[in-house]
Amino acid sequence: MNLQSVPIEWYLSLSAVLFTIGVIGVVTRRNAIIIFMSIELMLNAVNLTFVSFAQFLGDSAGQMFVFFVMAVAAAEAAVGLAIVLALFRNKQTVYVDQVNVMKW
Amino acid sequence: MNDFILAAPLVAMSFLSVICIVVDALSPKPGKIPFMFAGFSLLGALLLTIPTFWYHGTAFQNMITVGGYSAFFDVLFLIGGLLTLFAGRPYIAREHFDHDEFYSLIMFSVAGMMVIGHSNNLLISFIGIEIMSVSFYVLSGYLRKSIRSIESALKYFLLGSFATGFLVFGIALLYGATGTLEFPAMHAAVVADKLNFPNLLTVGIALVLIGLSFKAAAFPFHQWAPDVYEGAPTVVTAFMSTAGKAASLSALIPVIAAVVPQTNWKVGMVLAVISAATMLVGNISAVVQSNIKRMLAYSSVAHAGYLMMGFVANNPNGMTGVLFYSAAYLFMQIGAFVIVSLIEKENDGNLQLADYAGLSKRNPVLAALMALFMFSLAGIPPMAGFFGKYYLFIAAVEAGYTWLTIVAVISSMISVYFYIGLVVTMYFKDSTDTTEQDSKPGLAGVTLAISCAFVIILGLFPQLIEKLAHSFFM
Repeated sequence: MNLQSVPIEWYLSLSAVLFTIGVIGVVTRRNAIIIFMSIELMLNAVNLTFVSFAQFLGDSAGQMFVFFVMAVAAAEAAVGLAIVLALFRNKQTVYVDQVNVMKW
Repeated sequence: MNDFILAAPLVAMSFLSVICIVVDALSPKPGKIPFMFAGFSLLGALLLTIPTFWYHGTAFQNMITVGGYSAFFDVLFLIGGLLTLFAGRPYIAREHFDHDEFYSLIMFSVAGMMVIGHSNNLLISFIGIEIMSVSFYVLSGYLRKSIRSIESALKYFLLGSFATGFLVFGIALLYGATGTLEFPAMHAAVVADKLNFPNLLTVGIALVLIGLSFKAAAFPFHQWAPDVYEGAPTVVTAFMSTAGKAASLSALIPVIAAVVPQTNWKVGMVLAVISAATMLVGNISAVVQSNIKRMLAYSSVAHAGYLMMGFVANNPNGMTGVLFYSAAYLFMQIGAFVIVSLIEKENDGNLQLADYAGLSKRNPVLAALMALFMFSLAGIPPMAGFFGKYYLFIAAVEAGYTWLTIVAVISSMISVYFYIGLVVTMYFKDSTDTTEQDSKPGLAGVTLAISCAFVIILGLFPQLIEKLAHSFFM
């Protein structure tokens, strides 16, 4: 089955829905790891958008961008999990609402 | 091969920052060798930028721009990196955390900022922003035994990567709408109205603006800034809040030039509202702070608002103002934060405004320098900050945004209250504790001397940079 049999609007709608689920996850969840998972979901929705546009336009730049987004997501995962680990060593928690030393 | 010569500063910084990690790993004693390596790399890259100043063009199949404002930002970021390096060495030694990664992380973030300044393609902008941001996530959590530092790193990381999601989704929509990632081709598509999905262009611009205002800490996405800037190590805050902000906003220069045709300037109104709200919120929140790092953090939010006035004007004068004010702001804010880092004691002691009482008697030189930077931040002539604001305000009036200039003047007047308030505290209030000893400036003295010199020189001879910056946008 090729892309032509499914209109591009469907792909865009799916990625918009995935992106929204990710945003809702970030806003509502309190566990740092789950917030991070939701951010990854947002990035994957973006990847889907890029790939469907690249196929639609017949242009490979969008496909290339996906590789860079993946690499960036991997780098962010490494740094992010290290930060969560350092937080857990200091405070024995991964819930962001318990991390509130600084307030105005 | 020619491309490598044209892009020499960028290429050199990218390679040297990778080598710096290896140097860190191999050097037997902590400190000296990696520090020297990082310092000489930044200096070398600074020398390599000189020939690119007189060249205007692109390199690597139109992926990056060379010369013009890119060269200007290169110089700015490299000097910012050097100033941070000098101030950072005594600071991390005092916090007993002198691991060598600090220097390579500073170099990585400088390399990322330079990539942003050079971008001629949305892919390059994205990569640059991420190199810079990921280095900053690590740097803000650098004192990993301190709960404040880790908390600021966590907040910065979660909100920063959330913003990255918006930014990259916006880029995807711009790509779909215009069919290209290159700025010139994108501009051609927008001007010729050859768009695949005209509605997606608007949504894409909005999402990219959201992502970049997050990174630059502009209203309404500024809430992370005070917490992150307060908790991060002070020299890192100095670097993030100046060079990092300038880099995030420099990403806007080609984006706005590409996707927004000059004739149809609806985005200007949106940017004007963001800019006005940013400076009012930043300055009003700064008035009520009692912690000096938090006060400077809110004031840096306000300065992002001033910088955005240049984008609102979107004419050569506005862009000149952005460049000039980025430079002026870099020196005065780094100077102020480095003084804070010298007065600060271990474990976040001595950070209240009240701790600055009687500083003029205890340490007259530091007090005088702090007063200089505060006058410059408040925009009092003849300091650099005054002329930066002057150029931005003039550009906004020329573009027909008189109301925005009025808001900017009012918020500047609000800001005078807390900047001068600190000077009053230093000079006219007596210290309760006379036994306190401030730490010796050491290498941070170099940073202070350079910042102070630039704040005065840019204030006395503003046309030096103004003429140069203006020539980039003709």
